[in-house]
Amino acid sequence: MVRPWDRWVAVWRRNALVWRKSARTALLGGFAEPLFYLFALGYGLGGFIGQVQGISYIGFLAAGILSTSAMNAATFEGLYLAYTRMEVLKTWDAILSAPLGIVDVVMGEVLWMGTKSLISGGLILSVAAVMGLVGGWQAFGVLPVVFLAGVCFGSLALVVTSFARSYDFFVYYITLVVTPMVLLSGVFFPFSALPESIRLGSACLPLYHVVEVIRPLVAGQFSSAVAWHLVVPAGYAATATAVAVWRFNYRLLR
Amino acid sequence: MGPGPSTDSTVSPSILPIVLADGLTKDYGKLRVVDRISFALAPGECCGILGPNGAGKTTTLKMLVGHVPATSGELQVLGYSIPNEARAMRARIGIVPQQDNLDPDFTVVENLRVYARYFGLSRSEIDKRTPRLLDFTALQDKANSRISQLSGGMKRRLSIARALLNGPELLILDEPTTGLDPQIRQAIWQLLRQLRREGLTIVLTTHYMDEAERLCGRIILMDRGRILADQNPQALVRDRIEAHVLEVHGSDCESWHRSASLSPEIRCERAGESFFYYGENLEALVQSLDEWTGVQYNYRSTNLEDVFLKLTGRELRDG
Repeated sequence: MVRPWDRWVAVWRRNALVWRKSARTALLGGFAEPLFYLFALGYGLGGFIGQVQGISYIGFLAAGILSTSAMNAATFEGLYLAYTRMEVLKTWDAILSAPLGIVDVVMGEVLWMGTKSLISGGLILSVAAVMGLVGGWQAFGVLPVVFLAGVCFGSLALVVTSFARSYDFFVYYITLVVTPMVLLSGVFFPFSALPESIRLGSACLPLYHVVEVIRPLVAGQFSSAVAWHLVVPAGYAATATAVAVWRFNYRLLR
Repeated sequence: MGPGPSTDSTVSPSILPIVLADGLTKDYGKLRVVDRISFALAPGECCGILGPNGAGKTTTLKMLVGHVPATSGELQVLGYSIPNEARAMRARIGIVPQQDNLDPDFTVVENLRVYARYFGLSRSEIDKRTPRLLDFTALQDKANSRISQLSGGMKRRLSIARALLNGPELLILDEPTTGLDPQIRQAIWQLLRQLRREGLTIVLTTHYMDEAERLCGRIILMDRGRILADQNPQALVRDRIEAHVLEVHGSDCESWHRSASLSPEIRCERAGESFFYYGENLEALVQSLDEWTGVQYNYRSTNLEDVFLKLTGRELRDG
């Protein structure tokens, strides 16, 4: 019998092979767009703002944009593409006809979503490095963190997908959860500028904690004191993955 | 005093059934979709599950492969207890779904390669099996074509090739030829007959009588979740219905029906504008039709479709 890890990798591999076929287009959407924001806002607003928390505004913004686009890569994959595989292409049905179960499908998918975030975050980090926005070797630490962020936001998106009856359903999640979270998690401006009540709300969501870890890593000022922030995305990832398994079992195998 | 070990050894080793279902039941809320069905399938059998819409055919298949847990009853496939050991069991069976779920992003060969990985097959093993299966399903020339470039029949054949990748001991097909051209259906039947000759055990669902009659050595006729008959198709026609049927329709058939002298052995059914008369010998009745010009008729031996209609009724099912 095939071991669990091999089964997850088989599902991961299928998605990776599909992605490779259209990588150029996929990269343009997931990579070029955040860079436009980084340049336009970083240089445009940066001139008025000057320094933020001891670094240039564009350097401050780079970490935020990196976190957000890593999140978006996994979220898009977990909503639209996973729904397509489940309902339109029936890829999951095909996988479940082989000796794999729902746990294998969800684990393979979630690992792939982590990989999507890793690709997206890694590319933006490279550009930031070329632009001289990276403070030091500690920036390599960004890579495992964006992978974790991808697993976290990917599994959350899968939970949403498990309730979806059409693509329209995703608008609720994006408009009511993702967008406010991006605006209120210290991506574009320091978190401390927000009123206390909103800060408390944001602190319950994973993106703020991801940004809090990634920003010092990019700036080369990482201290292990901020590492506890990772507990929040890790907790979300574990919970959402378990809920997704339970939900898809209920939805697909009944 | 029980029998000693020596008595046990004299019992001939019985052949392990491929499928063993005992009192299998599936409820969705208050609706009973499959109602206490029991059957055993021996190696090499080709069994067709036949029935109208909503008979419980697809649900039965889903229970067999471990995709739907039974509400009650016992089920074993290849000796594995289902659904608990369904994953291990699925490593040894092939499944052809009702709706093709091939990967449109991949070529024919890539579809087989990716799927083979789910079974843990090595690259060298995959490369050995793929050309043989493409050959068997006559897809050699399409090896590097994308799925969108394949016809419906080619997609179906690729689905069958994919289900054979792991060298299964049981092949399960859900309505294998629904929606296909007559020529394509013939080609699929040929493939399945070849597999049957090679000794593969096959279970398929269908609502085509000709498909069931041509392919299956055994028919399980289901309706409303129950098994109404479980026999080979010839015996089913011989045992369950009269030898002949006379079908009468046309503008005058109503007045002819009133004038005809029907012996009590003849069973008459009416469906819309047509009358059906079933009996062992209907020659006299056929002759009495000669002088009626406003009546058309068809006199023939009964077939599986007549049995089907007799056992499941003539009302429309839109379920």
